[in-house]
Amino acid sequence: MNDRLSNTQEQIIEGLRQIVPVSVPVHADTNIMRDLHLDSLAVMDFMLTLEDKFDIVISLDRIAEVETLADLVRVVDQLRGRKTNP
Amino acid sequence: MNILSKFAPLRQTYDQLRSVGHNPFQMVFDKMFSPTEGEYQGRRTILLGTNNYLGLTFDSECVDAAVDVLRQQGTGTTGSRIANGSYAAHRQLEADLATYFGRKHSMVFSTGYQANLGMLSTLVGKGDYLLLDSDSHASIYDGARLGHAEVVRFRHNDPDDLAKRLKRLANEPGDKLVVVEGIYSMLGDTAPLKEIAAVKREMGVYLMVDEAHSLGVLGDNGRGLAEAAGVEADVDFVVGTFSKSLGSVGGFCVSDIEGFDVLRVGCRPYMFTASLPPSVMASTVQALRRLQQAPELRTRLMANASRLYNGLKDLGFKVGPEANPIISVLLTDPILAVTFWNRLLEGGVYLNLALPPATPHGVALLRSSVSAAHSFEQIDRVVQLFETIGRQMGVLPALPPMRRNKTANMAAFPTAIPELDRVAAVGAR
Repeated sequence: MNDRLSNTQEQIIEGLRQIVPVSVPVHADTNIMRDLHLDSLAVMDFMLTLEDKFDIVISLDRIAEVETLADLVRVVDQLRGRKTNP
Repeated sequence: MNILSKFAPLRQTYDQLRSVGHNPFQMVFDKMFSPTEGEYQGRRTILLGTNNYLGLTFDSECVDAAVDVLRQQGTGTTGSRIANGSYAAHRQLEADLATYFGRKHSMVFSTGYQANLGMLSTLVGKGDYLLLDSDSHASIYDGARLGHAEVVRFRHNDPDDLAKRLKRLANEPGDKLVVVEGIYSMLGDTAPLKEIAAVKREMGVYLMVDEAHSLGVLGDNGRGLAEAAGVEADVDFVVGTFSKSLGSVGGFCVSDIEGFDVLRVGCRPYMFTASLPPSVMASTVQALRRLQQAPELRTRLMANASRLYNGLKDLGFKVGPEANPIISVLLTDPILAVTFWNRLLEGGVYLNLALPPATPHGVALLRSSVSAAHSFEQIDRVVQLFETIGRQMGVLPALPPMRRNKTANMAAFPTAIPELDRVAAVGAR
């Protein structure tokens, strides 16, 4: 795992901890809606916080690609990469 | 197992809701007595969830206009305008809407939902951006999904958040369309449109306002929030519906943009659906006239809205941020909300139940929509029933004994609700 990936995942987990109880485990394979008991609106609202945290724009069709935490890390990293390497 | 098995979780939630009592999503009224009263299971019931803001569904001039045209032109158009052609009523309604809004162009859709589907899926395309308020109505989200633009949400009613997101997109090519609503349908709050219009001007983007719940409600002439906020010139597209203040069915978009008419051959939800029946358009034309001729309807509507809002707020219910005709009581527990809703219905009051994820912040809502046609007596009965049920269910604190006696005495007055005893019995179970 490269530094950026590790950093992205850690920051996303840190954000999830604001809306999910600490007792619920979160790892790369965690299904964000099913395992964390978040509805679609809660996930979309969480994306607003990630957009601000990483200074990116996550459109709804990119959110639709996301099932697991690993998916989300990949999307965020792609968007961060696009921003720094246009 | 069959093709519907994927809905198992939804089925479970739905069955749980139904198990509490009446089915909140399949209400059948056997009779309609007026804009504010119907018959449900043999009981006269106050209608407080119909969005019939001006109470025009029974307006004699609107009814007469519809009946005359129904007899002259028949029951329906039996097809789309591009295939079957338009009736004179289509053109008249569009001309009247354009004149009323002071716009060059107007287009009528078969429902308000389709107006949003049509405009949002057509105005922006691949490589463009739609910026939606996070509390947008389902028709706005669905219109966004039907099209090919990238869809970005911004925090509800937060112009700074909108500006921040637009700045992130500043170097992206493509048109950007910001979409907000005049009055939001769940909590009844208005958009900070003056500030949003300022962001729109600064960033050089397009702005659409959905005035579905604010047409006929806000503004000196009833044109909605854009008029009330004094920013009509900044709004590129106004969409709305006939199924609320105008008491019929249908939707529209008005605009000054050059070349608007190309949408008639490029907007699929306009092109490939049956157009409105002429009688519906006739009543809508008449209702639009009534809206302009009778500003006192808006005055009465807002007086009713304030009376219900303040009545509920003063009792201690948590309500939305503004006294508009949409007034929601916020509850944290969906089952509590369903139970409360059932007891209101058994007490002779029908309103809407709204549950997450269709609601902001995961709250459950008992949503009222007030009409100009409601009497103060009806509003007071509703408030009184809310208080009784709220105290029985522990949503409001119990009254000290002295106040309890006073409330009991009030029940002897003619404005008392005959069903209160029955509700008390249900509550005691």
